[in-house]
Amino acid sequence: MLIFERSHPGRRNAAQAPHHAAAAGGPSTGLRTGIPAALLRQDRPQLPEASEMDAVRHYTRLSQKNFSIDTHFYPLGSCTMKYNPRACNTLAMLPNFLARHPLAPEATGQGVLACLYDLQEILKDVSGMAGVSLMPMAGAQGEFAGIAMIRAYHDARGDKGRSEIIVPDAAHGTNPATAVMCGYTVKEIPTDANGDVDLDALRAATGPQTAGLMLTNPSTLGVFEKQIQAIQKIIHDAGGLLYYDGANLNAILGKVKPGDMGFDVIHMNLHKTFSTPHGGGGPGAGAVGVAQRLLPFLPLPVVEKFPSPPAGEGAQRAGEGASGEAVSYRYLTEQDLPQSIGHLSAFSGNIGILLRAYVYARMLGAEGMHRVAEFATLNANYLMAELHKAGFTVAFPQRRASHEFIVSMKPLKDATGISAMDVAKRLLDKGYHPPTTYFPTLVPECLLIEPTETESKKTLDAFVAAMKEIRDEAHATPELVKGAPHTMPVRRLDDVKAARELDLTWKPTANTRTA
Amino acid sequence: MPFIPHTEQDIQAMLASIGAKNIDALFDEIPAVLRSGKLTAIGDGLNEMQVTRLMQERAAQDVQPLNFIGAGAYEHHIPAAVWEIATRGEYYTAYTPYQAEASQGTLQTLYEYQTMIASLTGMDASNASLYDGASALAEAILMAVRAHKTSRRVLLPATVSPLYRSVARSIVKLQNIELVEIPFDIATGTTDLNALQQHVGSDIAALVIPQPNFFGALEDVDTLADWAHAQGALAIALVNPLTLALLKAPGQWGSPSPQSSPASGRGSEREVGQAGILSQDKNSQNQFSIPGADIAIGDGQPLGAPLSSGGPYFGFMCCKQALVRQMPGRIIGRTVDLDGKPGFTLTLQAREQHIRRAKATSNICSNQGLMVTAATIHMALLGSDGLRRTAAVSHANTQALAVQASGVPGVKRLFSAPHFHEVVLHLPGSSAKVLQSMAGQGIAGGFDLKPHYPQLGNAILVCATETKTNEDLQRYVAALRHALH
Repeated sequence: MLIFERSHPGRRNAAQAPHHAAAAGGPSTGLRTGIPAALLRQDRPQLPEASEMDAVRHYTRLSQKNFSIDTHFYPLGSCTMKYNPRACNTLAMLPNFLARHPLAPEATGQGVLACLYDLQEILKDVSGMAGVSLMPMAGAQGEFAGIAMIRAYHDARGDKGRSEIIVPDAAHGTNPATAVMCGYTVKEIPTDANGDVDLDALRAATGPQTAGLMLTNPSTLGVFEKQIQAIQKIIHDAGGLLYYDGANLNAILGKVKPGDMGFDVIHMNLHKTFSTPHGGGGPGAGAVGVAQRLLPFLPLPVVEKFPSPPAGEGAQRAGEGASGEAVSYRYLTEQDLPQSIGHLSAFSGNIGILLRAYVYARMLGAEGMHRVAEFATLNANYLMAELHKAGFTVAFPQRRASHEFIVSMKPLKDATGISAMDVAKRLLDKGYHPPTTYFPTLVPECLLIEPTETESKKTLDAFVAAMKEIRDEAHATPELVKGAPHTMPVRRLDDVKAARELDLTWKPTANTRTA
Repeated sequence: MPFIPHTEQDIQAMLASIGAKNIDALFDEIPAVLRSGKLTAIGDGLNEMQVTRLMQERAAQDVQPLNFIGAGAYEHHIPAAVWEIATRGEYYTAYTPYQAEASQGTLQTLYEYQTMIASLTGMDASNASLYDGASALAEAILMAVRAHKTSRRVLLPATVSPLYRSVARSIVKLQNIELVEIPFDIATGTTDLNALQQHVGSDIAALVIPQPNFFGALEDVDTLADWAHAQGALAIALVNPLTLALLKAPGQWGSPSPQSSPASGRGSEREVGQAGILSQDKNSQNQFSIPGADIAIGDGQPLGAPLSSGGPYFGFMCCKQALVRQMPGRIIGRTVDLDGKPGFTLTLQAREQHIRRAKATSNICSNQGLMVTAATIHMALLGSDGLRRTAAVSHANTQALAVQASGVPGVKRLFSAPHFHEVVLHLPGSSAKVLQSMAGQGIAGGFDLKPHYPQLGNAILVCATETKTNEDLQRYVAALRHALH
């Protein structure tokens, strides 16, 4: 039932309504204004008329219809669904952090700016880059920032002929979409049988028209690109720049720095590697790191530390550096970075998310960072080995898994008609969120499985047992699997109807159509 | 090991299964020369007690002045239940709802959000959010250019937030889209209609119409929307959703002459949409015959997002039915399951990057889902009545502040147009120095317009929402008086 259907005409939540204008002479109801009638709306917006308890019950119950990391194993490949420590949320929501206006004097934000500055330094270290901007609000915006910087770099050198971005066919869809948003055309290159970039194809695709290459390493196929040094040389020799898609950074955190691999620019999905919440689709945070030559182009603002307290205004309480000297923090602006690609958000990005990432990083410390990659990789390789031994078809059995790996359901489909999608839906009945399905598209009937480091051996073993049960069911009772899920709030949904007969908003008279 | 559950026994058993002698061997495909040493900038890990102490100390450095700044981020009361529920693990730690059957909570919440925001804006359809208002403006410009097909010029009034214009430029300039600034009338503080007339007959994809505009002033939206449509251009409404509890919805802007809207003339989808959906709602007959804005966007922050130094907030985007397939971002639709039971799912995914790749409407993937969840709960808790009261009290408080501040010698309101909940005050001394002095008195006195609009002289933009009491207003005036003394 929708909240609108729980509405009761005339019901109000008086506790949340301001009583009247505080000001002398203000209207007593607060509803009469001096605004000309022609600018006012005549109708009332269609919002729920609910009591506070009605609304609290409704949304609490709705939340219970979700799978989440807090309730279920969620091995969604390429999404790094690891435990989101509760302390990160609690500490990012301290009242003073929440109350600060983005345009309030910087002197009143020295605490939050210190956290952001420290986070920049941490991300510089793990990425091996010379500079970091925290401003992009999601991975895709980080990609935009990265490719825009590549373009700004070539333009600043008067190198105008570079019109193409090279993208491997296994890349996330955001890569080609980003290149187009930055005014480039996309050249796609194939992957070889080992899951690596086809070097001959790369050489053929590279030339004076090449602005850069976007690469995810480890790739979306769940293997580390071993030829990265050769790739780096091909691109750089041609005058192009190398972009690192940090979607899979969790696999190499503290083990390999993208800067050391020769990348010029990187985005980091903090909602993956730094464990900020996915929130049912966002907000994310897509910090970008750059090598020396791209420093002038970083998106604004960037936080900088200065030795003395800020002049004048507001509270004077600046922080103290490690050795006790007074320090202050401020945002760098266009005056400091005149060649910047500019602002990507009205203010300063998803700061509340950045604070969560900062708390997480401080809790892990340097040793904890190394352990992230180690145990993410251990869990992936263990789960791959166990599924392989159980007779499932692993896409690259000759390779080490990174933090994720691919299993193909093609043999099962050929034998029983049960597809990867059927297996995924049946996993829901067994209490598991399914892996990513049908991506990357290079492997037929694929499941991309990423257990993450925060899951125990026991959970992984139980997942293998569930996969075996489903395989048995596929042979014995295929209809059971094809009809799955059976235990969710709804069964499989009619996506064709959803797209053909668009119903994107509730209408009072339309609610009987489908009920 | 923080957040890693493995025992030594587990590790050995797992390595034995893999056939590796130690964890390091799992990285043996990575060329040795690339392996990095110890991280140096991070230090040792802190336990929860230690990190709590650290963050409490940092938060204590952020002393909060009494805030009278708006300029795109507004201090409003947020019911306690909003974030209590939004941070429940089931909402907070769920992924994008690609597995619809296991995501009905998030999906239904987003569908309810789409309904609420489409109703506030008076538009046919909404997506499930973009990053923030400024990036939503950029996406709206790109969308308008796609929909218009022939023009790449968009008119962007100087009364649009300079922060938003800066973001829009950063994003759209790479696709060779020309943004043309339209000056404002220095007397009214609204878009200069005479200046706009100079663009009649020129090649225009869209006109951006802010309401209220950056100065808090109310634009003549009917005239502007009609003007855009008369040029064959799209009208993009940039609005504050809270104010729409009182102000005319973008879907109702302009005079009733449907043929003047470019969106209404394109394809049969609009007709299908109206016959199929709107005709069942007798209240929407008026909307049907009025062209209205083609795209409505803005920042959803006033609906339940804390100020948080600037984010996370969320961008909203609504549009006419005919433009739905040009919209970027995720969209939720209602459909039925195998048993005919209603349910919710991501729809029209063929627009998106994970399907269309280089041909997608945008590269956006993650949106601001949790902020939208909070906004939905916020709107449900306040209802239409609560939002109207919040908007009206904010308006009245700002009105009262403007009157009282104008009583300070030399201070005057700069613009004559009616305002919503922000006003521009002209000061008899340096705006930067006055604001600095007020900050020293514990008051964030407003946004200094001088760096962005030097022609206005010592002008500041001031906002008093429903959170301000009579005493707060008196404190403001006293601090202003002291600063100018």
